[in-house]
This record gives sequence, structure tokens and C-alpha cells, in this order.
Amino acid sequence: MSVAPAEVEREEAGLDAVPDTPWVTIVWNDPINLMSYVTYVFQKVFGYAKPKAEKLMLDVHHRGKAVVSNGTREAMERDAEILHGYGLWATVSHDR
Amino acid sequence: MRRRPTGAFRRSRGKVSARFTASQAVILRNLVSQVAELMGGVTEPGPAVPGTADPAADPDAARPEEPEAFLEEMAAMLGTAGPTSPPEDPVLARLLPDAYRDDPEAAGEFRRYTEQGLRSGKVAAAQTVLATLPAKGGQVRLGPEDAQAWLRAINDVRLAIGTLLGITEDYEDELEQASWADPRSAYLEVYHWLGYIQDSLVRALW
Repeated sequence: MSVAPAEVEREEAGLDAVPDTPWVTIVWNDPINLMSYVTYVFQKVFGYAKPKAEKLMLDVHHRGKAVVSNGTREAMERDAEILHGYGLWATVSHDR
Repeated sequence: MRRRPTGAFRRSRGKVSARFTASQAVILRNLVSQVAELMGGVTEPGPAVPGTADPAADPDAARPEEPEAFLEEMAAMLGTAGPTSPPEDPVLARLLPDAYRDDPEAAGEFRRYTEQGLRSGKVAAAQTVLATLPAKGGQVRLGPEDAQAWLRAINDVRLAIGTLLGITEDYEDELEQASWADPRSAYLEVYHWLGYIQDSLVRALW
């Protein structure tokens, strides 16, 4: 199975620590949001492929939280705002 | 043979569709209306800033003859009317969460600029459900944008009910054990049903 190049690029930008852009968006586990819905929101909001979105969802579920994107503070606040619109519990943080 | 259960979405001809009975439509419309009301409705002015009225505001600077409502409206348009402290009500706090965990000042600043938009987005999603779900029930067919609104609106209702009930990840066990005399059981049933609708909608959109 192959993944579209654009998605790979976005995954790397979203998940690897980049020294220049130390801000992150974190999604926290909650008992209400459906696993399928959270996966779908990650795909929709970040353009992640379904396997990546599912992995992030499972990280949130099992570890209590997951970093879902990183970048400038402004970009992370924008991500958090969008995720709040979907009812996910998202916060912005300066470190992991 | 059983027909496909009501409230289950499926994809058809580029849209997603589901059938709702009259009583299901009444319940769903009622619930999303309550969330819209909780969010302040679309034309309502911003909520009063709870206990955190800007201490920097100089009372002498405010001319008494200026109509307060107009100022609130202007402030809302400029995006500075939002409150800066999280709601005390647990349902509101869940629907309008803090964006910073350990930095109240940053959380307040974020809230100040985003809460109005978040509220009106939730109201708009609820209104889309009301506009597309016939009060007497029947077939619902949704294009991509309306489907997104349905996902969000149903999720908001689930967040509200789930928070009120103190839902845990094991709620299905509770649902099985709850007796009909338990006042929570009816809400648990509705909560469960909403999850079923939402999950079917996600799967229809995938």
C-alpha cells in the first residue's frame, strides 16, 4: 500500500520535532468522543491518511493524549480552535 | 427480513442519507435546539463577562449616554467581547474548553478571541440539523457540508449528555445494568443512540 506524497510530507511536518517550531497541539482523551469520529476528524482537519489518523487516535485513547500537529504558536492556536469546533479536547503547548 | 434500522446513515449518489421516525426527529431536534440555546443562539449578544469585568476599564472614560448594547455589538464584531475565564458549568466547560492547560493568562486570551466564533459555529451546526431534519421525520439527505454540521451538532449533544451523566468508557455496562426505574437509563439510551447515528455517519462519509 502506498501513501500519497502530500500526506507523507504533512505527517512529517506534524509529528517530528522541528527546533524552529516548538509549539504543539495536543489532543486529550475523553470518554465521550467516538474512536471512529476522532479518527475522521484527524483526517479531515490535518489531511492525514487513515492509518496515521487511526494511530494518533489510539495514542490518545491508550496514552491519554497525543501530539497531533506542530508549528508556530499561531498555527497551533488555529488547529486547537478548529478541533474545539469538532468537540475534541485540544490544547496548545510549548513542549511535549 | 428487517429493514435497515432508522437513524443509520449510508452513502447514496454522492450524498449520505438516513431515515428517521417522527419520534426520533422530535428528540433529535429538541436536543440540538437545547445545545443551540445553551450556546446563546446566533443573534444573541455575547454573554456577560463572568466576574472578570476588565478592571483596567476606566469608569470615567465610559460616557453614560452611550448605549451599552451597541458597544457590546461592536465589541463582538471586533472579536473582543469574549469572556476570558472558563465557564463554571461543566457542560459549558466541556463544549468551550481551555486551549492552554497550565497558563490561565494565555487560555483567557485565546478564549477572548475565539469563544464567540466557537459558540456561533455550534449554533450554526444545530440550525443545519433543524433545517434538514423534518419535524415529522422521514428521509434526510445531506451534502458534504451539511454532513459535517450534523457530525458536529450530534457530537455537541453527546458531549452535553455525556458530561451531565458523568459518562465513563464503561458506560455500556451501566446501560445494561441500569433498571428502568433508574432515571439515568433513558438518557443513557439516548446517548447510546446518538453514538450509533454519529458512527454510521462517519462510516458513510469514509
